[in-house]
Amino acid sequence: MSSTTNPSTQHTSTIGSIGTPSRRNTELALLVFAVLIPVFAYANVGLAINDKVPPGLLSYGLGLGLLAGIGHLVVRKFAPYADPLMLPLATLLNGIGLVIIWRLDQSKRLQQSDSYVAAAPRQLLYSAMGVALLVAVLIFLKDHRVLQRYTYISMAGALFLLVLPLVPGLGADVFGAKIWIRIPGLGTLQPGEFAKIALAVFFAGYLMVKRDALALASRRFMGLYLPRGRDLGPILVVWVISIFILVFETDLGTSLLFFGMFIIMLYVATERTSWIVFGLLMSAVGAVGVASFEPHIQTRVQAWLDPAHEFKLSRAGVQDGIVHSEQAMQALWAFGSGGTLGTGLGQGNSDLIGFAANSDFILATFGEELGLAGVMAIMLLYGLIVERGVRTALAARDPFGKLLAVGLSGAFALQVFVVAGGVMGLIPLTGMTLPFVAYGGSSVIANWALIGILLRISDTARRPAPAPAPSPDAEMTQVVRPS
Amino acid sequence: MNKPLRRIAIFCGFLVLALLIRDNWIQYVQADSLREDTENRRVAIERYATPRGDIIVGGDPITGHATTTSGDFKYKRTYKNGAMWAPVTGFVSQAFGATQLENIEDGILTGNDDRLFFRNTLDMITGKEREGGNVVTTLNAAAQKAAYSGLKERGKGAVAAIDPSTGKILALASYPSYDPSTIAGGSDSDAEAWKKLDKKNNPDDPTLNRALREVYPPGSTFKVVTAAAALENGLYDSADVKTDSPLPWIMPGTTTPLKNEGNIPCENATLREALRVSCNSVFGKVGADLGNDKMLEEAKKFGFDAEQFTPVRSSASVFSDDMNKSQTALSSIGQFNTAATPLQMAMVASAIANDGKLMKPYMVDELQAHSVDPIEKTEPEELSQPLSAKNAQILQSMMETVVKEGTGTKAQIGGDVTVGGKTGTAQHGENNSKNPYAWFLSYAKLADGSAPVAVAVVVEDDKAVRDDISGGGLAAPIAKSVMEAVINSKK
Repeated sequence: MSSTTNPSTQHTSTIGSIGTPSRRNTELALLVFAVLIPVFAYANVGLAINDKVPPGLLSYGLGLGLLAGIGHLVVRKFAPYADPLMLPLATLLNGIGLVIIWRLDQSKRLQQSDSYVAAAPRQLLYSAMGVALLVAVLIFLKDHRVLQRYTYISMAGALFLLVLPLVPGLGADVFGAKIWIRIPGLGTLQPGEFAKIALAVFFAGYLMVKRDALALASRRFMGLYLPRGRDLGPILVVWVISIFILVFETDLGTSLLFFGMFIIMLYVATERTSWIVFGLLMSAVGAVGVASFEPHIQTRVQAWLDPAHEFKLSRAGVQDGIVHSEQAMQALWAFGSGGTLGTGLGQGNSDLIGFAANSDFILATFGEELGLAGVMAIMLLYGLIVERGVRTALAARDPFGKLLAVGLSGAFALQVFVVAGGVMGLIPLTGMTLPFVAYGGSSVIANWALIGILLRISDTARRPAPAPAPSPDAEMTQVVRPS
Repeated sequence: MNKPLRRIAIFCGFLVLALLIRDNWIQYVQADSLREDTENRRVAIERYATPRGDIIVGGDPITGHATTTSGDFKYKRTYKNGAMWAPVTGFVSQAFGATQLENIEDGILTGNDDRLFFRNTLDMITGKEREGGNVVTTLNAAAQKAAYSGLKERGKGAVAAIDPSTGKILALASYPSYDPSTIAGGSDSDAEAWKKLDKKNNPDDPTLNRALREVYPPGSTFKVVTAAAALENGLYDSADVKTDSPLPWIMPGTTTPLKNEGNIPCENATLREALRVSCNSVFGKVGADLGNDKMLEEAKKFGFDAEQFTPVRSSASVFSDDMNKSQTALSSIGQFNTAATPLQMAMVASAIANDGKLMKPYMVDELQAHSVDPIEKTEPEELSQPLSAKNAQILQSMMETVVKEGTGTKAQIGGDVTVGGKTGTAQHGENNSKNPYAWFLSYAKLADGSAPVAVAVVVEDDKAVRDDISGGGLAAPIAKSVMEAVINSKK
């Protein structure tokens, strides 16, 4: 670690021992904006669609303000040195997401669909649960290093969560991807979102212990440090798990996310570029191999390469055993029709996307109604969260905290990239939710928990080190003699 | 551990950068092509989001709009007297797209045209709802009515009428027709009406614009083109000198005589006499004497073998090249391969009436913004000069004889109006098994020498007895009423 090997950088990358401002007031000021912006957006949607300020404006504003206020007070009390940007950023994204979900609730086209439910009130409830989880994390997790004790329990928990959707009677196949479980009376749950955090804890704990072996015991071959065969074990296991998810749950996104997260953490732990090369090779082999026999993934690739053709097939009702979807093309049209500045909230036709317009495809509504400017702003907000997360990793003083922070931030970044890139046609589309913004309880709750953990790590990292205890016998400790 | 962390930070930055670049690509670089993709439903939504501008005839709109409540289209098109005007307007339908004038001037009518950009911006600033512009046509409502009701009485057919001095189209009728209002919406009843109009289910093919898009053998009416070729090429330089026309005349290279209808005085008849009684032998020989090239050249000057854009496209009329003498002879009396649209034959009559100058036919007089400010006005344009003024006057006097004391007497108007015309009865089908087409083309001239209207009428009547079909009997009365309507509306 550079903070120990190179003390001169300690004061720039970590926090000095005294006089660190807590920045809690900065956070409060930013939170005011993070609440006001969605409230104005909400009023804007109401005016655009119904020509009047929505009747729920006050309660919505108060609700969001309350969530933000509670979050802020708990941070102030239990994590006073935490990063000041993360909470406002998450609040802003969550609030804007709620507005867009409410706006899509107003769509006549979507209301005609059989699966229509008013999603916004539910999402508000999920957001409240998410903030509750954040509060719980901050109150009960006094020190993130406690999580280290649960390394292998986390692994077991993650595997359990991942297998859940395959349990007959519990799993729900939604348009080809089997990543949901159905809990009677409560709706559906995406265990993968929680597994993401559990896996990050496991990887961090495991790699912290094994990193020296993985980093140092290697042979040099063609400029790369090849790991020993026995050290390949863990990466192979994770690779197999990813392939397993890909094959049995046909979920390319989650598979990519887990594997990518592991490679990032492995690289940070070992500082060995060879792991990245290995990782890329293995993921390429895995993805191509599975895609060669999995029709669901082939369709996704087809739709990515030629969305217009896929649209025509879907419209023509071609029955060839593959579900053809017009959504990829509809999303592109939504983006294109939005142009630079967008149509304005409530004035677009992104609801033409139909199914999942408010979850996997919600970015298309941003694209059409807020335009290039709006989408770029959203992307930069995500970029800020990720960079604050990586900065937390830099500032953390313990390797476990560093690994956990970079793992969570990296996974967050990959998730944003996979879903936003998919909706915008940069990469094949995979069923994933845009953190905080998309409709879906699991995603919102899990991501609030993720922010909670990052806040905890950053609080620990920035907290002034306790003043050194007076040591009257300092002189004597230097006298070390073999007796 | 911090070095790889910084690299991961950069990597995440690149991920976000890739998303930003992609977003710029689809929302800026490709935005227009995605937005205007015809498959993109927003294009249709926008087309029907504002009241569509009107198509105007003589100051009165022949179209309108109605609001629809179902679906995401706000307005639909309505038509006044739709069946009569269908060959002019075409249709625009929420479900089936747009054709003809509705399609060609779609930009103006929807208000999306770039020329309306400034006004639209102004409307946006002042908070007015955007509305489409208007298309002012050259048509004459009375003439159109006369043409359509004349066809309705007598059967299938088409009428085209032109103002010879400008090329303005005055009437454009086709029967059987259809009411575009019935297919303008997107409902089930519209779909049903659409199905009924389909050629597969309806042998009458009502959506066919016969005046512009159907080519008929012109029969004897083509003899005026042959006569023009004879005069222009100096084969004969007067209507009243005897022609070198034996009877019977055996077609070159064959043993078959070219027969005339009935026992008519065609031996060595003057051009005037030959046109009056419609001698096949005289004009067939004129065509054969001139040859394929000269006949083709004259036909092309009248507009044959080319599509006309009025701006609605008309089919190209046909006069073949590479024909031998006997085929040229048959073609010169409007048989064999020769085929013409009603618009084409109206152009022939108009060029003769306009002292030899053929004006480009057009039906859009002016494009207007919603505020009736003119955006673009069509100026008359000379297409060609098929014959000299002197020869045109000779031909006029010949055609006037036809109406005065020949086959076209039913087109006489009387008073100080002089009518020149030519009948035609075109055979078609294997061995002429099908009922012939009755043709009439004519123009009317006022006392001051001006010719306000030239008209071509074709009637295809399956019900009539074969002998009854002749241009003079069936088609001439329609032409007369159209000419009268135009003259009366001038007064």
